[in-house]
Amino acid sequence: MSEKTPKKRKGFVLGYYPGMNMWTLFFFVYLYMPMVVLVAYSFNDGNRAQIWQGFSTRWFYRAFINDDIQNAALNSLIIAVCATVVATVLATLAALVLARGGEFRGRSASLGMVTLPLIVPEIATAVATLSFFAIIGFQLGMLSIIIAHTVFCIPFAFLPIRARLEGMDTDLEQAAGDLYANAWETFRFVTLPILAPGIVAGAMLAFIISVDDFIITLMVSGAGATTLPLYIYGMIRQGITPEVNVISTVMLAISIAFITAYWFISARGDTVKGH
Amino acid sequence: MSESDATNALSVRNVVKQFGSGPNAVTALNNVSVDIQSNEFFTLLGPSGCGKTTLLRLTAGFEQPTAGEIFLFGEEIEDLPPHERPVNTVFQHYALFPHMTVEENIGFGLRMQKWSGPEIRARVNETLALVKMEQFATRKPVQLSGGQQQRIALARALAPRPKVLLLDEPLSALDLKLRQAMRNELKTLQRETGITFIFVTHDQEEALTMSDRIAVMSAGLIQQIGAPLEIYERPINRFVADFIGDTNFIETRIDQVSGNRALCVAGGELQFETDVVDGHGIGDAVTLAVRPERITLQKTMLRSKDMPVIEEATYLGTDTSYEINIGDGVVVTVRDQNAEAGMGRFAAGENVKLTFSDGAARMLVD
Repeated sequence: MSEKTPKKRKGFVLGYYPGMNMWTLFFFVYLYMPMVVLVAYSFNDGNRAQIWQGFSTRWFYRAFINDDIQNAALNSLIIAVCATVVATVLATLAALVLARGGEFRGRSASLGMVTLPLIVPEIATAVATLSFFAIIGFQLGMLSIIIAHTVFCIPFAFLPIRARLEGMDTDLEQAAGDLYANAWETFRFVTLPILAPGIVAGAMLAFIISVDDFIITLMVSGAGATTLPLYIYGMIRQGITPEVNVISTVMLAISIAFITAYWFISARGDTVKGH
Repeated sequence: MSESDATNALSVRNVVKQFGSGPNAVTALNNVSVDIQSNEFFTLLGPSGCGKTTLLRLTAGFEQPTAGEIFLFGEEIEDLPPHERPVNTVFQHYALFPHMTVEENIGFGLRMQKWSGPEIRARVNETLALVKMEQFATRKPVQLSGGQQQRIALARALAPRPKVLLLDEPLSALDLKLRQAMRNELKTLQRETGITFIFVTHDQEEALTMSDRIAVMSAGLIQQIGAPLEIYERPINRFVADFIGDTNFIETRIDQVSGNRALCVAGGELQFETDVVDGHGIGDAVTLAVRPERITLQKTMLRSKDMPVIEEATYLGTDTSYEINIGDGVVVTVRDQNAEAGMGRFAAGENVKLTFSDGAARMLVD
């Protein structure tokens, strides 16, 4: 067996083919080019977004003192925080039942059903949510956006929490019970602290999904409930200004910060898993 | 009061445990009863799937019996949840809390019992000293080796001074040398603390060296309960004789009976004298169990086809194992200690004379 291994490496492997690393480079350029352009032009000094006229941070200042942008950003923040908190609590409870509640009828079906909304076309969810609100006569506004966001945040919050719970040995909870902890104390002192990285990761994912959402928000937002993505869309319809680039860059930075933190928390969580 | 004799640390009464229901039900314990005395090192020994771990988990409260009762020092406990039972468990994979330090792990049971801070600290330090792990108090479990985690798991379970300590194959994840060292240490700990230990293992050597008494289990039943010597010397049936140590099983017939003793002839002319069991009489087919080391080999000058002949010799270091044809196609294994350097005293093809004492053979209940 060991003699065969070096022979195999001499054979045709696409990865070793000359010029393949060029393709990889192209792949990354292709992937990141639009973002690089966006970020670069947010530092443009000129009044027109597409013509470079030197480096400046003046549009950042302009964007930050803009009342409309401030309002939209505040709306986005309120919606994201509310949706994240509600979605994370519900997802944690669902994960606890589905991973620890033992066998019950429809257990595997419910697992699939929690994650199904992830692959449903967003426009379908958006139309469905709007129709639902219209049918029950619910007034559109901040509250309707928060409710809609909570719905699509749940599966995103659920996945990391459940993954964490599945990786956690039931022995640990039994050991706590064996050492005189009742059900609540077992949850409080053993399950919850070990689950915490999963919950934080789930919440961050839910938060970023909520902040970035456009289609569903567009459908269910009433007058006066403009979020940042909606505001950017509105501005672009009047032509791309450097201000749009600036807001987009800031949102991009926030997203990257959150996703990076998410990866760190997930990775750190793995090393705590125990034996 | 006979049902719940308070002098027994643990009394298991007619316990049945089934997993699943209907035609797919699996019976893990099939009407098991056992009394474990206070201050005893008691071992549940058997192959995997024999029900030994199930019995332990029923005692800890992780499972409920399908039928039967369990008494702890006379108190009926089978319906109590784990946290209301004054027993603690050492888990097979330790199950240390990964987010807590060694101190916090050991103090957890005390904290849940609402001990005060200084009391917890005193007991944690005392217990750390007991398992010789004082210098690791502030470490996290991931920073410890397997053997060290094992000691902390032991300390955590001992700290609340349980009435009974349950140990679920706690040494199986350790390497051989460490396992042997831990055996002595466990035995010492048991004697020093005076706590009843119930130890689950599939390793017969572990069971023989540590236990006051052993229950050999198989197929959800206790086959035999007794001191290590009793289990080894007087196995009650074929399963026990086979599971504990090596045994020659010799199928034969009873030749003569006088009182409680029977004479059986096996192979050519080898005569075994044993106690009669199950009321067998002359002519009955019986199985005899003979330990390989209980047969002594002697050199003989005689050469004959009817004499026992060595078919195979296997060098094992401390001794040599011989396959000996004793005639009629009956082959027995004999172990002969290598008192002198070099290969064993006999070679294949050699004739030998077999001798053994009266107690060497034992008639089995089949």
